[in-house]
Amino acid sequence: MNHWIIAPVVLPALLAPIIAFVMRHDITLARAASFAGTLALAAIAVGLTVLAAAGETHVYVLGNWEAPFGIVLVLDRLSALMVLLTSILALIVLLHAVATGWDARGRHFHALFQFQLMGICGAFLTGDAFNLFVFFEVLLIASYGLMIHSGGRERVRAGLQYVVMNLAGSTLFLFALGTIYATTGTLNMADLAVKVREIPVEDAALIRVAGMLLVIVFAIKAALFPVQFWLPGTYANAPAPVAALFAIMTKVGAYAILRMYSTVFGPDVAATGGLFTTWLVPAAIVTLAVGAFGVLGARRLVPLIAFSVVGSMGTLMLAVAVFTPYAAMAALYYLVHSTFAAAALFLLADLVVARRNGDDALAARPATVQNGLFAALFFAAAIGMAGMPPLSGFLGKLLVLDALNPGPMVTLTWGAILLGSLLTIVGFARAGSILFWKSTALPADPEAQPTPPARALELAPGIAALAMLALLAAAAHPVSGYLEATAAQLFDHDGYARAVLGTLYAPEPAMEVEG
Amino acid sequence: MEILVASAVGVLTAGGVYLILRLRTFPVILGLALLSYAVNVFLFSTGRLAVNAPPVLQRYAENVPYTDPLPQALVLTAIVISFGMTAVLVMFAVGAYLEADHDRIDMTEAGESRSAKGDAGT
Repeated sequence: MNHWIIAPVVLPALLAPIIAFVMRHDITLARAASFAGTLALAAIAVGLTVLAAAGETHVYVLGNWEAPFGIVLVLDRLSALMVLLTSILALIVLLHAVATGWDARGRHFHALFQFQLMGICGAFLTGDAFNLFVFFEVLLIASYGLMIHSGGRERVRAGLQYVVMNLAGSTLFLFALGTIYATTGTLNMADLAVKVREIPVEDAALIRVAGMLLVIVFAIKAALFPVQFWLPGTYANAPAPVAALFAIMTKVGAYAILRMYSTVFGPDVAATGGLFTTWLVPAAIVTLAVGAFGVLGARRLVPLIAFSVVGSMGTLMLAVAVFTPYAAMAALYYLVHSTFAAAALFLLADLVVARRNGDDALAARPATVQNGLFAALFFAAAIGMAGMPPLSGFLGKLLVLDALNPGPMVTLTWGAILLGSLLTIVGFARAGSILFWKSTALPADPEAQPTPPARALELAPGIAALAMLALLAAAAHPVSGYLEATAAQLFDHDGYARAVLGTLYAPEPAMEVEG
Repeated sequence: MEILVASAVGVLTAGGVYLILRLRTFPVILGLALLSYAVNVFLFSTGRLAVNAPPVLQRYAENVPYTDPLPQALVLTAIVISFGMTAVLVMFAVGAYLEADHDRIDMTEAGESRSAKGDAGT
């Protein structure tokens, strides 16, 4: 049993209270501790990824209570990848928050940030459905605090909506888990994978209800139609670094769907079959449309980016909803890409909006300092988000398109992705030309207070996120190779159950003799 | 017994759903509280209903009735979490009420009313 597996949960969990109680009055100390913790988390994540890349499914048995009786953490390629993604994003976001001084505008930013990381890493690592609920609550309660960081009327009210939405979602989560437990008598994912496959089709009604309830819960997190409406308001009103960190929060929903509906309720399960594909594909298409029209119709920059996140979740969920290993590989590539693309856009938009004295309306204002530099960076980030070459969004969308053909409603899904991309490009082109191009024609406002140019340290996080996109595109071959192995492991529910349940897992011997 | 528990869950859920669709924060908070009660009762019933039976396995006696202990542990966790969340929600609601001078939960002109200086420059 490798104790490093639990480190991504324990490290932030120990660090956060220390920051909250010991360093609450010393922002420099809190920054240093938070940085050190996040760096250590990234190092641990790299180590875990190397460990998982060998292909074995590592199980951490908490309190030495064997699964399915105790809670287990499971480290396979997918969870290692997600923890690594979280830690890299966290480093970028933390650097931005410190460089721009966002973290000093309210209290307990770093403590909440660490609790948020604890919840996210835990959700990625856990192998127990109820434990997933608990980690969801941990990451949510930290996100509530981060969401209203530094206060303000609109922000607190948007935060209230966000909390209410997620509390309703948590209730639904519990109803779903209760139904699953009542039907199968277990909440361990590996045990569920075995038990759900034993349910005869005639008795499938309850487990189908539970599966659908659970899909709705994860869809709330993944901002999938018809429960996507919380996202634009939340992301547009959250502090910019928090919005960038929330780029991983929607991916938690996508991850949960990918995990639960390929390992537990896989397409090979008799009781549920293709039920989830049937519902997820149309929902993803509408989500994509909502995102694309939102980008086109937005009148402010930050909501525009928020809608582009909705659109990218639609594309991602289209690939997830197919539930084949190849499509899962495409989905994972696009997931990594869209996380960094969204983060880059939010971070750059924060710098632009700060130069415009907090005004993010899409209207021409006199050109600010470094207009050309910001125009170039925004252009690059928009290319990434819209899915144009040469950045990784293009490759991601190509993979997704390839995975969808042949598939359910291929004309509709291809049409949605291609038209959605076109609308997104038009929306971003419109926003960019108004913000950066038209402004050069206006005379400078003599009464305006000059804003200081962005320092290199402030620019670095946004550029780092863009560099991740370039890196992802340049290293597409090794990355997709790793992701292919990840997807293959994800759909190997037999191997997962064998690794987690150990001696308790007994496949039918009759099958082996015949095979 | 089954009718009683089932109708309790149903009535609590119906009341909760009705209340969270209101436009003011106080009924919404009450609605979420009702929903969490409903789900707690529901979780109890997922281990099957057994009356006057201890929630422990008896290894020294055969055929002794017992209640499934796991849902009770789940309910305990759910109660703690929903209690904490309700407290956070009340703080949010009070904060929003004090900032906005009203307790409406909908944001009619979402974002558009954010002034140029707004809250980004605090």
